[in-house]
Amino acid sequence: MTFKYKNVYIKDTATVVGPYEKKGPLKKYYDKTYDDLYFGEKSWEKAEVKLVKECLNILLKKVSLNKREIDLIVGGDLLNQISATTYGVKDYCKSFLGTYTACGTSVESMIIASSLIDSKKINNAIVEVSSHNMSAEKQYRNPTEYGAPKPKTATFTCTGSGTILLTNKKTDIRVESSTIGKIIDYEQNDPNNMGRVMAPAAIDTIKKHLKDLNRDPSYYDLILTGDLGIYGKEILKDYLKKEYSIKLNSYNDCGVMIYDLEKQKECLAGGSGPVCSALVGFGYLYNELKKKKFKKVLLVATGALFSPTMVYEKENIYSIANAISLEVV
Amino acid sequence: MKNIKYEIIANKYKPKEKKLKNIIVSFIVGGIIGLIGEAIIELICHYTKISRIDASTYMIIILIFIASLSTALGFFDKLVTKFKCGILIPITGFAHSMTSSALEYKNEGFIYGIGSNIFKLAGSVILYGIVSAYFFSIIRYLLGGI
Repeated sequence: MTFKYKNVYIKDTATVVGPYEKKGPLKKYYDKTYDDLYFGEKSWEKAEVKLVKECLNILLKKVSLNKREIDLIVGGDLLNQISATTYGVKDYCKSFLGTYTACGTSVESMIIASSLIDSKKINNAIVEVSSHNMSAEKQYRNPTEYGAPKPKTATFTCTGSGTILLTNKKTDIRVESSTIGKIIDYEQNDPNNMGRVMAPAAIDTIKKHLKDLNRDPSYYDLILTGDLGIYGKEILKDYLKKEYSIKLNSYNDCGVMIYDLEKQKECLAGGSGPVCSALVGFGYLYNELKKKKFKKVLLVATGALFSPTMVYEKENIYSIANAISLEVV
Repeated sequence: MKNIKYEIIANKYKPKEKKLKNIIVSFIVGGIIGLIGEAIIELICHYTKISRIDASTYMIIILIFIASLSTALGFFDKLVTKFKCGILIPITGFAHSMTSSALEYKNEGFIYGIGSNIFKLAGSVILYGIVSAYFFSIIRYLLGGI
């Protein structure tokens, strides 16, 4: 399903990150960085809530808007009951929609917000996503201090929060179109190789987006996937080329870009988490669009719909990808 | 059925893990921990009047204490990354699994936090340790020894 938008613009973005992202190559694009993963709080969950609040404060300050002037906040995170988001945005919104497609939450939320703005139901909306390496480890894997060995294909959940204000008032960058993906099952079941799980979803969505709008990949100055990591990225390029003869010339993956994988060995195959695509998208991409380095970009956030319970019950891991196209006006 | 074309391409981009290296490192590190344990027993026996059987209990307590302390101080997980299962399989790993769980859930209170979760990882070790001990003791009994 692909929509075109006439009247949705990006007003501004804000990003807050933790120490691992700070050491990464995109440091200069973040609004605030921290050296400690607790952010002055007593638990990982509370630390993530603080990230969300901090990020919203920075965004509202940047756009000089009062929180009462924001019509809607759409967002989510990785925690059970998307609690980091609900506890974080509570005091900031008149109305709220919680979303979850794991690491694809950022673009899913942008699609919902853009569709509501374009249909003139609301004037503006904030999209907010977050993730925290430690709270995600605790929930999906082992206690954080346990530190069980992981294979090279495993990805590293990013710590941070990203927000973007979408509006119907004209700015330099607009949301041009979006494609909603479907749930894909390629019978994958290795939670330590999410790139391999999610690549088919990204392939399906990119293919559908290009077909629906009758576009060639060269239409875009850059196509970015969410968090496939170094191995998933190669799988995607190879499979698209061999199976569908689609050749991506300017393509990259947010998970690969966010860390210096040569130096930051602990990050293994790359970054992941809903905030991974948001940090690269709202930080790096937005700023480069503003500078007109890129004019047309496609952001494809990929999500592994991974439930540890379902995997223990011998079910496959499903995946999904949503795409959004941003253009310089 | 799996998409074979996809599997072929995906397998091309599967990095090789250094299994042999990991096994050797684990073997040596695990051996060193065993050696340290034995040395502790020898030292206790040499300097005190404690019997050898009691000394091995003290040795276990000492190793558990050292492992738990290094978990609490935050560097045991870094050792795990380096030495893999060499440090996880001996009693040090057992202590580490309990301490790390206790630390992780301490914010959720003594009952629902620490109490419910401390055996999160160690529970399987205890359960199947007891089950296998039961069966091995039957075998031993049948073979004539008590």
